[in-house]
Amino acid sequence: MSVETPLIGGPQPVASNNADNPLNGVRVGVVTFPGSLDDRDAVRAVRLAGGSAIHLWHGDHDLQGVDAVIIPGGFSYGDYLRAGAISRFAPLMEQIAAAAGGASGNARALPVLGICNGFQVLTEAHLLPGSMIKNNSLHFLCRDQRLRVENADTFWTSEYFQGEELVIPLKNQDGQFVADNYTLDVLEGEGRVVFRYVDGNPNGSRRDIAGISNEAGNVVGLMPHPEHAVEAGFGPDSSAKGAVGVRGGIDGLGIFTSVLKKLVG
Amino acid sequence: MAKLTHTSKKFHIDSVANAEATPGQSLPWAALGLKENEYQRVEEILGRRPTGAELAMYSVMWSEHCSYKSSKVHLRQFGDKVTDAMKEHLLVGIGENAGVVDIGDGWAVTFKVESHNHPSFVEPYQGAATGVGGIVRDIISMGARPVAVMDPLRFGAIDHPDTPRLVHGIVAGIGGYGNSLGLPNIGGEVVFDAVYQGNPLVNALAVGVLRHEDIRLANASGVGNRVVLFGARTGGDGIGGASVLASESFDVNKPSKRPAVQVGDPFAEKVLIECCLELFQASVVEGIQDLGAAGISCATSELASNGDGGMHVELTNVLLRDPSLTPGEILMSESQERMMAVVTPENTEAFEAILEKWAVEYSWLGEVTDTGRLIIEWDGEKIVDVDPRTVAHDGPVYERPYSRPGWLDGVQADAFSGEQPADLREAVLELMASPNMCSKDWVTDQFDRYVQGNTALAMPDDAGVVRVDEETGLGVAISTDANGRYSYLNPYEGARLALAEAYRNVATSGAQPLAVTDCLNFGSPEDPEVMWQFAETVRGLADACQELGVPVTGGNVSLYNQTGGVAIHPTPVVGVLGVFDDVARRTPSGWREDGQAIYLIGTTKDELDGSEWANLRGHLGGRPPAVDLTAEKTLAAILVNCSRDGMVDGAHDLSEGGLAAVLCEMALRFGVGARIGLDELCERDGVDAFTALFSESQARAVVSVPRSEEVRFNDMCTARNFPTIRIGVVDAENQALDVQGYFNLPLGQLREAHEGTLPRHFG
Repeated sequence: MSVETPLIGGPQPVASNNADNPLNGVRVGVVTFPGSLDDRDAVRAVRLAGGSAIHLWHGDHDLQGVDAVIIPGGFSYGDYLRAGAISRFAPLMEQIAAAAGGASGNARALPVLGICNGFQVLTEAHLLPGSMIKNNSLHFLCRDQRLRVENADTFWTSEYFQGEELVIPLKNQDGQFVADNYTLDVLEGEGRVVFRYVDGNPNGSRRDIAGISNEAGNVVGLMPHPEHAVEAGFGPDSSAKGAVGVRGGIDGLGIFTSVLKKLVG
Repeated sequence: MAKLTHTSKKFHIDSVANAEATPGQSLPWAALGLKENEYQRVEEILGRRPTGAELAMYSVMWSEHCSYKSSKVHLRQFGDKVTDAMKEHLLVGIGENAGVVDIGDGWAVTFKVESHNHPSFVEPYQGAATGVGGIVRDIISMGARPVAVMDPLRFGAIDHPDTPRLVHGIVAGIGGYGNSLGLPNIGGEVVFDAVYQGNPLVNALAVGVLRHEDIRLANASGVGNRVVLFGARTGGDGIGGASVLASESFDVNKPSKRPAVQVGDPFAEKVLIECCLELFQASVVEGIQDLGAAGISCATSELASNGDGGMHVELTNVLLRDPSLTPGEILMSESQERMMAVVTPENTEAFEAILEKWAVEYSWLGEVTDTGRLIIEWDGEKIVDVDPRTVAHDGPVYERPYSRPGWLDGVQADAFSGEQPADLREAVLELMASPNMCSKDWVTDQFDRYVQGNTALAMPDDAGVVRVDEETGLGVAISTDANGRYSYLNPYEGARLALAEAYRNVATSGAQPLAVTDCLNFGSPEDPEVMWQFAETVRGLADACQELGVPVTGGNVSLYNQTGGVAIHPTPVVGVLGVFDDVARRTPSGWREDGQAIYLIGTTKDELDGSEWANLRGHLGGRPPAVDLTAEKTLAAILVNCSRDGMVDGAHDLSEGGLAAVLCEMALRFGVGARIGLDELCERDGVDAFTALFSESQARAVVSVPRSEEVRFNDMCTARNFPTIRIGVVDAENQALDVQGYFNLPLGQLREAHEGTLPRHFG
């Protein structure tokens, strides 16, 4: 018998409720691997930003015509090898790599965002340079992290301005971004450092790098979790914009509205 | 999926026929943890000597950990003292894998707390990790999606040389497992006390959410239905975990018990969760049971005896990690991440398709029968032939002798009479930097509190709060509490105090308390004084549940927490679950808005015995604070109303550390100071400033009230005839806690003292 795939959270509306919303027509795929954890949260973030989220299953060979893809956080395959090292071989990753324009990308190609474990998958797939090793504290670390947007021209950051600061949750075990100096210089020189940690480097990442993009800017990887700062009441207690209510921080929402608006406009 | 062919292993298989033919053969029943009278009872039941495999099953299932043989006669009170009104919200009560509570709109919640104390001392990382794994599987077995975990932890002295090994291992184990499952860790406790040096307490609570119609129970019904084992393979880990490890005291002169600790694979469990939820959604399982303590022995005997009464199993079908395991070892293994289910022949194909989608291994072991016998074969040779009830339910029950300890009168007469500190400012700083009152961020920052996106409150707030329904905001709050020192001074009152605090915490967050789970951690039941502490605790908790109208829905007993004849303090960890119509109404444990009025609700008495302050002075004696459950009920009603009607912006209950701790914690929560005046309070209650700050009188809370709500708030308290007093005002201008006439404490300095302690010891 055939099994309907993918089935993640049971019946729940994944499309935005507002039918008049022009962003509603943008379809963002969220990939679930075995061990993905923040997939349903990324789906919720897309919906709250006004888009339509499509569940994608790692073992499928079809991107279902989505306009953009999010590879969510988690511990795919338990991270028992290097984080992301097994997931990169998933059938769907081949489709994503090809649609994203390969290693250098393409400004008209599929926008892809890797969050945390998704970032690790993208580096393992060589869609982004560098790699992630264990935090310098050697502990899993969960905290509300302040970031600066260093490049507001990517598909995933256009709703921010250059130098804008954000507070979004960071939570990972292998979050220390490393690359050789040449690669780091290239990333800096080409404006491909998209996010930088401010007010303290939480994990020893080289040059305080929290997120990077490929050459064309359609593929972005980010260690902290913007999908956990999109809904007032369930986000961080603070925002870079000033005082907010209890767990009222929604600084991450702009990541999702960026890609929706870019794709519509 | 290709099934591995099992190489036929005959060993010296001790078949039923062999057991009948060799009645005189001696068996290692004592090494497996059985007492002589228990072994004789097994022989009586079977009418012959047991086979090796049968002995393995009886030894684990009749262990203290699995059979509750010493505690059963007392635990009955939790059922006997439940009134019909208390059952109103109960969908499933004690006895199943976990209790299920109706929270409205067709939603239900299942929750339970369990211990993993002994394994966590022997092998901290794996012990703690598999503690999380085990309780989560209990929740899945009920048909629920797990949505949060909590971990009440108790360690030995913070500066003992063995404490870092346990703290690092246990905290990393909980994080390593829970974080990988995608479950937010929303609360718990971290306590340091020398009495837990050789017996740290690692309790794990999990909560799951389901629709009423999705409840699943553990029984094997329908003759001809097939029995399947799926998930991780069976290995040699955790053999005897329930019996020789969890049901005996530690003794340094005995061999290491490390092999009895299970080893966890959180990835396998995460996949198992999703796979089981898909099986439930497709309605392809009739009954399901997780494999925890006593492994296949427990799952087969419980499923069979709760269903049509019989089961036939071919044990060589079990997929193994280690092909050299004997039948007895396979039956006893506590390898993690395994489930057993009963599936109709028609659903077999659908079942297999879902398992294969998730790449979960499975093997069909046998089928349900109506013979009333559990028959287990090894390559067709019968090695077990028992009535499953005798294994699962008819274990020995002991009326252990108990007696009030002779030393207790002396201890209770020794009230705290230490000198008052000359400098209250220094005293407050000392309190807030102390191991039990210091910030636990170093621990909780290693846990994911965000995943699933429904966490409305987590540490350090009074209760963890998660949303259940995204449309309506319906959600639940949970808090766990215990105070071993109070229970040492008076176990009956200690249990009531633990319940009162958890109940108060849930109400402080704004939720209506609904149900209780408990994890009763004690020393050896063979010691009459420990047994008395246990009996008093159960009596106290059952009475208090009845008075507050909240039923115990399930839990766990952990005995033999003692080393070298010295027992831990009696430590009943009580978890209370409450419900919110809309979690948007929850109240955080700090104030934020400048100018809001700060009120203390309740009465302060001179109650320093057993307090954190007395503990800091090395004193433990006297009587714990008085419990007044009627007052607790009224206070809870006030706090729930305040939350629902938006009368308060911040609320924090008073417990360990008293008013001093609460004022500091409320200021640090959002980094906003306050000006406090104690004079009026001292005059009204007839206490001095030191007592006002450090007493641990119960049924109290501090709230911050917006100016516009003060009249309404006061009217409500007056109408309920509950004492309340304005003790200060929120001051966002000055970054300080200013207790007028006594001290001014800059928040920076307070934070440094409060947050520095754990990193200094473990960072």
